[in-house]
Amino acid sequence: MIISKWPAAAVCGLVATLAVGLFPPAAAAADEPTGKPAPKVDLVLDVSGSMRTRDIDGQSRMAAAKQAFNEVLDAVPQEVELGIRTLGADYPGKDTKVGCKDTKQLYPVGPLDRTEAKTAVATLAPTGWTPIGPALLGAADDLEGDGDATRRIVLITDGEDTCAPLDPCEVAREIAAKGIHLTIDTLGLVPDDKTRRQLTCIAEATGGTFTSVQHTDELSRRVTQLVDRAADPVVTPVATEGAARCADAPRIKPGLYSDREKFSEHRWYRVDVLPGQELRASVSVGADRAVNQDYGVLLRAVTVHGREIVRGSEAGDGRTDVISSGLRYPKPPLDNEDEVKPAAETVCLQVSNAFSAPASVKTTPGLPVELTVDLVDSPDEPSDLAAFGLGRGWWLLGTLALTGLVAGLLWGWLSRLRLVWRSN
Amino acid sequence: MRITGMFTGSLLAGVLLLGTAGSAVADETPTPTGSSSDGSDTAEAPTEAGTSFRTATAFRPGQRATADGSSGDYLYWVFPADAGQRPTVTAKVTLPESAAARKGATTWQVDVYDGLRRRQPCMYGAQTKALAADARTVELRCTLRTVRAWAEPWSNDPLPGSYYVRLTVLNAQEVDLGLPVRAEIEAATPDKGGASAVGGQLAVPLTPGRTTVSAADDGDGSGTDSGMGDGARLAASGVEPEGGWSSGWWTDRWIWTVAGGVLGALAGIAGYTLARPSRRPAGPSGI
Repeated sequence: MIISKWPAAAVCGLVATLAVGLFPPAAAAADEPTGKPAPKVDLVLDVSGSMRTRDIDGQSRMAAAKQAFNEVLDAVPQEVELGIRTLGADYPGKDTKVGCKDTKQLYPVGPLDRTEAKTAVATLAPTGWTPIGPALLGAADDLEGDGDATRRIVLITDGEDTCAPLDPCEVAREIAAKGIHLTIDTLGLVPDDKTRRQLTCIAEATGGTFTSVQHTDELSRRVTQLVDRAADPVVTPVATEGAARCADAPRIKPGLYSDREKFSEHRWYRVDVLPGQELRASVSVGADRAVNQDYGVLLRAVTVHGREIVRGSEAGDGRTDVISSGLRYPKPPLDNEDEVKPAAETVCLQVSNAFSAPASVKTTPGLPVELTVDLVDSPDEPSDLAAFGLGRGWWLLGTLALTGLVAGLLWGWLSRLRLVWRSN
Repeated sequence: MRITGMFTGSLLAGVLLLGTAGSAVADETPTPTGSSSDGSDTAEAPTEAGTSFRTATAFRPGQRATADGSSGDYLYWVFPADAGQRPTVTAKVTLPESAAARKGATTWQVDVYDGLRRRQPCMYGAQTKALAADARTVELRCTLRTVRAWAEPWSNDPLPGSYYVRLTVLNAQEVDLGLPVRAEIEAATPDKGGASAVGGQLAVPLTPGRTTVSAADDGDGSGTDSGMGDGARLAASGVEPEGGWSSGWWTDRWIWTVAGGVLGALAGIAGYTLARPSRRPAGPSGI
């Protein structure tokens, strides 16, 4: 049966080779003009009074930031749309209410004019408060538009937020939950413990990174790296919302999806699988806040009648960004494909998590979920555990040799017997 | 008749050998010049790492991928492994002088996931290691089980496809996060031979499929139900091993089996020669 498939496989291979050989240049050519929306980056710079402190390579934090900005602006990739926002740049007074609104767009997000941007940065002087929360909200607004673009905020600050009760960490999580593919990377200039904790929390909430900066070259290298990362092409997931029961679940096609799931919540999705297809699904649940030490994830494929087909599960402990699992469900092809029109089977996918958190941690919005679904051809089921039923090893050789020898001897004796019988 | 069967068998094996050798030679020539923009070229090892499954940086076994990052980052790479190979991932973390002022020990861990994001256990190797506060480098290692050509859907056995590597700090004081680090990663995929050659084959290797950019470009809008071939093509467009995925039907079991057949035939002839009636007396008596 396998043998009969070889010619078909060869033809498929040939077609695939041809396709691979022919298509990429054409696809690339087709992509260039239309393209995906340009990735957007907003650099958010703290210009609060504390930036005057001279503790980075003998110069002030502000001078270090300016020098780094000059180097970064020179190295921004062509396709990235970059903007700059400041916080605490204007209001030197004591009024919290005014000081906490002090954030403004220094250079709008768009195609970059390096000289203009550099001039704008050169005018900055350390002045006011540190309203990180409002600045993040402002930056998220700066990056609005073009649904599918990847967005990145790079926050550079030397102190924690001074504008309670708006917790910048909550703000970051709210922004991330909007599903606009936004990541916040934070850089702390010689941060103290509180600042470090807050910046780590902001980064964690959006899947970003935190870096503690002690030297100017570290700052420029890191910011350049982050801007470059924004330029890396990446697939943006489609936002979807799973249901609490299979019957109400959204029908999804192969693709990449994002969703949110609260602690211990179940989310259901439905996929149609034809005979001869294999369903491949994987799920990642992100830990975007402080969670308890042990956690887990479970992905189940269930029939519409509630019978479990296959599951993927994973548990873990310690610091983590996501916990993932996956499953595959091959549906064998029909034997009499010509007579019956193949009907698709609806498979329900259930995603559940076993995260928990201390009571002080907010449970809304839910944890970020990333779900990938793919349908490919079914695999060849083997008729034998060994490849093509072939043998291997000295036992095999010995057995065959012995069998041959015994057969030869028997044949020889038989002919001798026959001779004797004939001669009689 | 049996012998002629064996002859065709060995002929087949010979042709096979020639065929694979030929294709290997043919594959080697274009690689040095191949400098595609999709990051799967062999010329240079990547110097950046991804930060999630979706952005994982692809590298080939044998390459030494490097990345600069902050301690506390989750660094992701992805490499291909084919049936019959037993991948070993080696990661080395180096902290520069400037980050020497650490408060305590940090624990580093390397995790390997398959193309379906299922965590793969390590057979050998120190997957998790603590880096003492005054030490500057730590080396982690993880050897996976041998990749099988086929496995039941209910098993977690490694299958041909992409393998994700995640390198991260598992445990550290908050003070020690965010410091600059340099990570190096390598994968070796030695072939374990026919001992682990199993029957069956996946239609498409377990690659990330739609989460890679090259795949998703044409997958977003046209994901209709006619997309069976489409889906297969998409799923296959992960990073490939040098020389492509194996066709899955060559195994050294062919040689063993053919050799066994030949040996059996020879032993048969030998046995017959021993036991057959001697010709000398047979000649006259028969007449």
